[in-house]
Amino acid sequence: MRDTPLSACEKNFIIKALGDRKRLDGRQPYDYRKVKITFGADRGCCKVNLGQTQVLAQVSCEITSPRAVRPSDGVLFINVELSPMASPAFEVGRMSDLGVEINRLLERCLRESRCLDTESLCIISGEKVWQIRVDVNVMNHDGNIIDCSSIAAIAALAHFRRPDVTVDGSEVIVHPSDEKDPIPLSVHHMPICVTFSFYEQGKYLLVDPTDKEEKVMDGKMVIGMNKHREICTLQVSGEMLLMKDQVLRCSNIAVVKVTEITELIQRALENDRQARLNGKKFGFAESEPTESILTNQQEPEEIQATETQMDEDSEEEKGMNGDLKTERKSKVKILDKGVGMIGEGGASTWGVEDNEMTEELQKEAKVTQPDHKEVTHTTGTLNATNCVTLKIDLN
Amino acid sequence: MESEISKLRQLSSTLGDLSRPDGDATVSQGDTCVTSAVYGPGEVKVTKELLDKATIDVVYKPKSGLPGCAEKLLERTIRNSCETVILGNLHPRSSISITVQEIQNRGSLLSCCINSTCMALLDSGVSMRYLMAAVSCAINDNGGIIMDPNTLQEQSSVAVLTFVFENCNYGVITVSAKGCYTLDQFQQCLSKCRDASKYVFQFFKDSISKKLSKQ
Repeated sequence: MRDTPLSACEKNFIIKALGDRKRLDGRQPYDYRKVKITFGADRGCCKVNLGQTQVLAQVSCEITSPRAVRPSDGVLFINVELSPMASPAFEVGRMSDLGVEINRLLERCLRESRCLDTESLCIISGEKVWQIRVDVNVMNHDGNIIDCSSIAAIAALAHFRRPDVTVDGSEVIVHPSDEKDPIPLSVHHMPICVTFSFYEQGKYLLVDPTDKEEKVMDGKMVIGMNKHREICTLQVSGEMLLMKDQVLRCSNIAVVKVTEITELIQRALENDRQARLNGKKFGFAESEPTESILTNQQEPEEIQATETQMDEDSEEEKGMNGDLKTERKSKVKILDKGVGMIGEGGASTWGVEDNEMTEELQKEAKVTQPDHKEVTHTTGTLNATNCVTLKIDLN
Repeated sequence: MESEISKLRQLSSTLGDLSRPDGDATVSQGDTCVTSAVYGPGEVKVTKELLDKATIDVVYKPKSGLPGCAEKLLERTIRNSCETVILGNLHPRSSISITVQEIQNRGSLLSCCINSTCMALLDSGVSMRYLMAAVSCAINDNGGIIMDPNTLQEQSSVAVLTFVFENCNYGVITVSAKGCYTLDQFQQCLSKCRDASKYVFQFFKDSISKKLSKQ
């Protein structure tokens, strides 16, 4: 399906409002939308809401052989799926340009910044290493998928626990989670992407653009940075030219944002850890709001089984399996030459008011021989003994 | 292991959480959680156009890994159930696309997917003949029937059956069964699941009434 295009007057309105430093949702130009991070019951499952943009990340691990170039390093694989749920414009199958761009950005930000210690993922050098796979599913697209996905991916990596392994010569024993506690991945630092969008050839700058603002922008810049002020990735795209001082200004803004978001991730991880430790319930089902009219819950109830129904079903079953039921076979009664009758007619349901009227009519209608020369004024009725007998009034 | 369980797990739902789809629902059966989103009726590609009814597209997205054959089978089952239920003839040469995203899988995945798809269709306002409710049950080695099994119960069972019912006459729309079972066991599961489906229909009705109560 195609996405609804943005109208020209909406575009003009957004750009004009930027001149007055106003945004559609009332934010300041450098403000982020509300970030909500929830973890699932599975280890390494994280759902992030950035305003209305929603992204679900899941980390999984597998033992594979390492790359020939690096025999003692594990492998980190990142896959961002633009689900057709997120926008009517997203199709399944071949990745679109936007999908490729987001994938490459996240790969550069997470893999090439070496935020995950891949050497600790080695089991037997040159033969067996852990492959960590991060699947990011975009569930709702309201702009700035890149930031949302990077938050979800790094939070999921920090949340994940891999199974413990013991190496016995050339044998590798993978311990299930009930035998030995799974171990966390060693995350050195948390690189987070911050997106800036530019308008009017770099005159106006917005942080965290929504979907409408993204459609109007000239170009964007993505800075991947961690809280130690280290830039992990930088990408400028679009039809615009940026001045050096703008790039520096953006990186200073990014420092503040990244520190805030990293703190938020740490807090969310800590809350989840406390909940698991204290035996409280954790996971998505618990984090759903219960006070809204859009949510509903039903307690489990004992099912009242209706025993009688079962017997009827089995009898019908036997009937279908066995021979044809002969009682149902219809008999044809021959009344006269060319006149046949099947079954018996029912009472008239045409709403005759008087009972006496019906009795009179029934008496007159008992003449069954259709005689066209007779002139009668009776009308036919249906009663329990006849079928329809019509008389034609030839007057 | 329990010999017999006649209780569905706790059902909970959230409607209209996402801003882009026409209708969406997140349904949890115990710890199994699935989100479905519906777009439609809308534009359809000329190659997929049907002259007399709407084209129904179902995409199932697992949480991790690439979709494989099991996911395709799930899509097919959901699509066949939807084609029975949705009044496609009202929207010829259009498409109704349904996306199902696994959030957490702790057993009874097919029934959770179908229930969340039905709620998403309700939320989006697509015309349907009747509602559909799916109930799963597992038969363990003792012959006992476990309703709405979780992952452990499914793995240790002899057979897992999922029934989808409609709410006019409680007739069966879809049956999906895995494993070995006798005809008697099938009949027992069918009647038990049929009784359980009444609770699910009541849950749908309550959820939608609650959502529309302030309008």
